[in-house]
Amino acid sequence: MTRMQNSVTPWLLLLPAIVLLATFTHIPAVMTLIDSLFTTPRGARPPRFIGAENYVSMLSDPVFFAALKNNAIYALGTVPLSIALSLLMAIIVNSSLRGTTLLRMSFFLPTILPMIAVANIWLFFYTPGYGLFDQVLGLFGIPAHNWLGNQDTVLGSLMALAVWKEAGFFMIFYLAALQQLSPTLREAADLEGAGRWYFFRRVTFPLLMPTTLFVMINAVINSFRLIDHVIVMTRGGPDNASTLLLYYVYNTAFRFWNTSYASALTMVVLFILASIAFLQFGILDRKVHYK
Amino acid sequence: MTASALPLASTEMQRAADRSSFWRVLEISGSYLLGILWVLPLFYAVWMAIHPTAYEVRFELFAPLTLQNFKDALNAAPFARYFFNTFLLISVILASQFFICTLAGYAFARFDFRGKTIMFMLVLVQLMIMPEVLLVENYRTIVRLGLLDTVWAMGLPYMASAFGIFLLRQVFMTVPKELDDAARIEGAGPITTLLKVYVPLARPIYVAYGLVSVSYHWNNLLWPLVITNSVSTRPLTVGLQIFSSPDQGVQWSIISAAALMTSAPLLIGFLLFQRQFVQSFMRAGIK
Repeated sequence: MTRMQNSVTPWLLLLPAIVLLATFTHIPAVMTLIDSLFTTPRGARPPRFIGAENYVSMLSDPVFFAALKNNAIYALGTVPLSIALSLLMAIIVNSSLRGTTLLRMSFFLPTILPMIAVANIWLFFYTPGYGLFDQVLGLFGIPAHNWLGNQDTVLGSLMALAVWKEAGFFMIFYLAALQQLSPTLREAADLEGAGRWYFFRRVTFPLLMPTTLFVMINAVINSFRLIDHVIVMTRGGPDNASTLLLYYVYNTAFRFWNTSYASALTMVVLFILASIAFLQFGILDRKVHYK
Repeated sequence: MTASALPLASTEMQRAADRSSFWRVLEISGSYLLGILWVLPLFYAVWMAIHPTAYEVRFELFAPLTLQNFKDALNAAPFARYFFNTFLLISVILASQFFICTLAGYAFARFDFRGKTIMFMLVLVQLMIMPEVLLVENYRTIVRLGLLDTVWAMGLPYMASAFGIFLLRQVFMTVPKELDDAARIEGAGPITTLLKVYVPLARPIYVAYGLVSVSYHWNNLLWPLVITNSVSTRPLTVGLQIFSSPDQGVQWSIISAAALMTSAPLLIGFLLFQRQFVQSFMRAGIK
């Protein structure tokens, strides 16, 4: 009887979670693949099997490649910068400096604000000639610039906002890790006469590696997941210069109602996220996430 | 010999100290500069929101203060309703998450069953693939369930949160087995044990997870934007998005006021409970 109960109880406990996860994560992931192989059902016309047609047309879709390239640049730009800044912030906040509470607050504040709210505020900062950036740069005699209206600067402008918003969040993880480092390490290094930079490079940074990997994975996921600022600030423009992959999915599905092609595009995002997952389990110290 | 070496050593040390104090000053001022730089955009938003439009880019210490921008924003869009919708959404999500993740976390932490590892891996998939990434299919599911434009449509995909399950599993695993056994001996069933032993011990984690979850869903835009289409369900983020879209031609100072207003509860909560907030996020992050 007890044995019987023991094998049923955990499944009963898991049931609500399993049902919801299956409905909104696992089944949709599989359905995305299936739907990407069929045409979009329109009115009375049922979906028709088209095989890999969507994927073939993707290969000749300049917007897709623009989105892919933008997203790559976006990730490669924001991830290392956020990590470096968040580590720097954590070290500052963890130091013996006066006013670290205020500094910590200042770094962390952007994190808790809605992206949509800060995107709206930054939209004004980027206003040509009138916004904060041009005002400040104007002091140095740099002429006004249409930050979001120019293909060369639009992506960088979005990236700056993302770094500002995210760095404080990742700082928290570094701060937690730094506070767990044993102070005896520092004392030992002082006795040996090791410089601070040397100590950081050879002791602190390697010990923070699990945190760095954890933060990196999260930052990469965010760079594919969060498109609120694209929706608010640029709508992917000008000329798709700031279209990110998920934004292209969103646009294809809910503006052009081409759900079949949107499914194929979603598969690309899923493929990228799955690769990151494999990378994580392959390279990452299992301790970070597991156990 | 020692006598002649000593003064040399001390000037050498003096020079090193000068050099390091130079770097120290540079470091300290750099730190404060970064802090100021980081908070500047927010101060500027506050400046715009509490001054008349004429002072948007004119900085005068005694510029007249006004609440007109907030009033205008409140009159221009049904923000009160949006606030209510967001509160409702967050309450529904948080309550369901606590319930569902507690049960699942307990199953993973304290039961042995066939396929446990695979089930756990399947749960962790959601850490990578958040519901909003699958928005095309999830939209379809919601339509099929007949839930379009409801609080359930916004909440359901997030209720079984992998993050929550993982976090609670971690903390439940640290509960001493003896406590569990003691409860069993006194005749408590698994659910009673969970409620009487595990949940009280995990209280800090519930607070931590709750704060993380509330700020996530308060800020969430994409999924609610897709799945809602009426004033009576839209959360604040979607309301703000519609209010501030460029074709509405709303003034910047009013947009600033609206943006600050929608963030205000989180902002005030954070300023009041800063330490707990940060510690909670740290706690959630370490696990």
